[in-house]
Amino acid sequence: MVMQKNKHNETIKAEAKNLNFFYADGTQALKGVTLPIYENKITALIGPSGCGKSTFLRSFNRMHDLYPGNKYEGEIILYPDNTNILSKKVDPIEVRMRISMVFQKPNPFPKSIFENVAYGLRVRGESNKRVLDDKVEEALKGASLWNEVKDRLEDLAFNLSGGQQQRLCIARALATDPEIMLFDEPTSALDPIATVNIEELMSELKKKLSILIVTHNMQQAARISDYTAYMYLGELVEHDDTNKIFTNPSKKETEDYITGKFG
Amino acid sequence: MVKNKKQPAVIKDLESIRTMIRRHKRNDLIFAAVGMFVIASLTITLLVLFLDLILDGYPRFTLDFFTSYPSRKPEIAGILSAWVGSSLVLLVTFFVAVPLGIAAGVYLEEYAKKNWTSDIIEINVSNLAGVPSIIYGLLALGLFVYAFGLGQSILSAGLTLALLMLPIVIVSTREAIRAIPIHIREAAYAVGATKWQVVYDHVIQYSYGGILTGVIIGMARAIGETAPIITIGALTFIAFLPPTPVTVDPPFLNFEWLSSGFTVLPIQMFNWISRPQHAFHINAAATGAIIIILTALMNGAAIKLRYNIRKKIKW
Repeated sequence: MVMQKNKHNETIKAEAKNLNFFYADGTQALKGVTLPIYENKITALIGPSGCGKSTFLRSFNRMHDLYPGNKYEGEIILYPDNTNILSKKVDPIEVRMRISMVFQKPNPFPKSIFENVAYGLRVRGESNKRVLDDKVEEALKGASLWNEVKDRLEDLAFNLSGGQQQRLCIARALATDPEIMLFDEPTSALDPIATVNIEELMSELKKKLSILIVTHNMQQAARISDYTAYMYLGELVEHDDTNKIFTNPSKKETEDYITGKFG
Repeated sequence: MVKNKKQPAVIKDLESIRTMIRRHKRNDLIFAAVGMFVIASLTITLLVLFLDLILDGYPRFTLDFFTSYPSRKPEIAGILSAWVGSSLVLLVTFFVAVPLGIAAGVYLEEYAKKNWTSDIIEINVSNLAGVPSIIYGLLALGLFVYAFGLGQSILSAGLTLALLMLPIVIVSTREAIRAIPIHIREAAYAVGATKWQVVYDHVIQYSYGGILTGVIIGMARAIGETAPIITIGALTFIAFLPPTPVTVDPPFLNFEWLSSGFTVLPIQMFNWISRPQHAFHINAAATGAIIIILTALMNGAAIKLRYNIRKKIKW
């Protein structure tokens, strides 16, 4: 096993290497992106709309494979086992079993709260009621939702508020013990209080796993992330410690974007 | 228009805007009036027809009417063999058309690659819903009755009506599936579900309401179909019942009824109408009213079910 480390002696969990991505209509959405994701850290992707940050994020769980004609070039290596998760030999389902995702809009299934969280386990063949109960409780606690829903686990998920629904989706993604969690603008549909809850939750979650988040909100990136990557027109412009990016970026374009001169 | 040159331009524009709005509102009104007229004339026609049947058939709405076989004497003739026949034929239709239709709809929507073959299938399926039912009757006569040797049986009739109902089930299944938002699908895939798990745990579960509506509407159409059943040679005068499907002795199920001769409600009605005696026409009117009531009940159930299921699902 090769442990990849950076200068701060932090372990690399995954690394995109020279990643190109083409949509079915031929447009190239990613151009040679190379970016490491560190273990137990939050890496934030920022950039103007259409810069490819969501496309990049969705490459990590092979979401693009659901639609015919999309094409990847390059690699995303997952450590410590050195698996190229973009390889044709790797089943996208295997990748999604290891890397889970939380979407922009809360998207619970029209099922009970319990079934929403248990679904990932059911998909993995778990049917033991006691195991399911324990795992669901653990995941709901991990998503700081347990106290609010413990007495109504059989209620429909739609009866929860927007912020609760999003935490439910986090619990659903958490129940299967993923190695990496992907967040695609998870708070853009939520009010400020729900947003704070989710942000605190992410800081808690990174103790257990690695997080990659796309955000439109630069303050959010500055508040919660350890590393920030600025993307523009499908290219990675700059990637560094969040502090460095927001106080002393090395590229002029980055500075223009974060100071609001552009974007 | 502008007599006073000092009047500001804004005021003049305001006048013309108001004239324009008035004109557009008049168009609104005209359309609403035409729509009201069309709907009212349709509803009134149906109501008058229905009331006429009820008034004509009123004397025959007795229990005896439902429990008697047809007879040469109109006052003791009933629709026992017809409603039992209709029920059994619909039973076959249901068990053939529903699984096949749902499977076909799911396959076309979820699995089939989108290319010219699937386009051709799509156009064909949509067109099948509009093919005159007599054509299905001819197909069934050649295929089920003669080629497969099923004879003029309940099975043949059920399969024939299943052909008629199939496109309705397929189309409503596909529409219900298409209504499931993409982000629900992605959520299921994102936790590691396979295609079949997504289809079985989510797609089919959430499209239940739409599929059920299609099934009931299809059944309501099938119950009134006459032409294809006559084509395959249903009998018009039947004074016996097919063997019962459920028996008291093991194995409790009996499939002899499938090959039995039969008649159905619309054929019974048709038969009575073509008799010269007025008393038979009363029977026909009563049967017609019953068919309309059955159809209305089925459509009502479809609407209620859809409403109940939709209430539970909010995207």
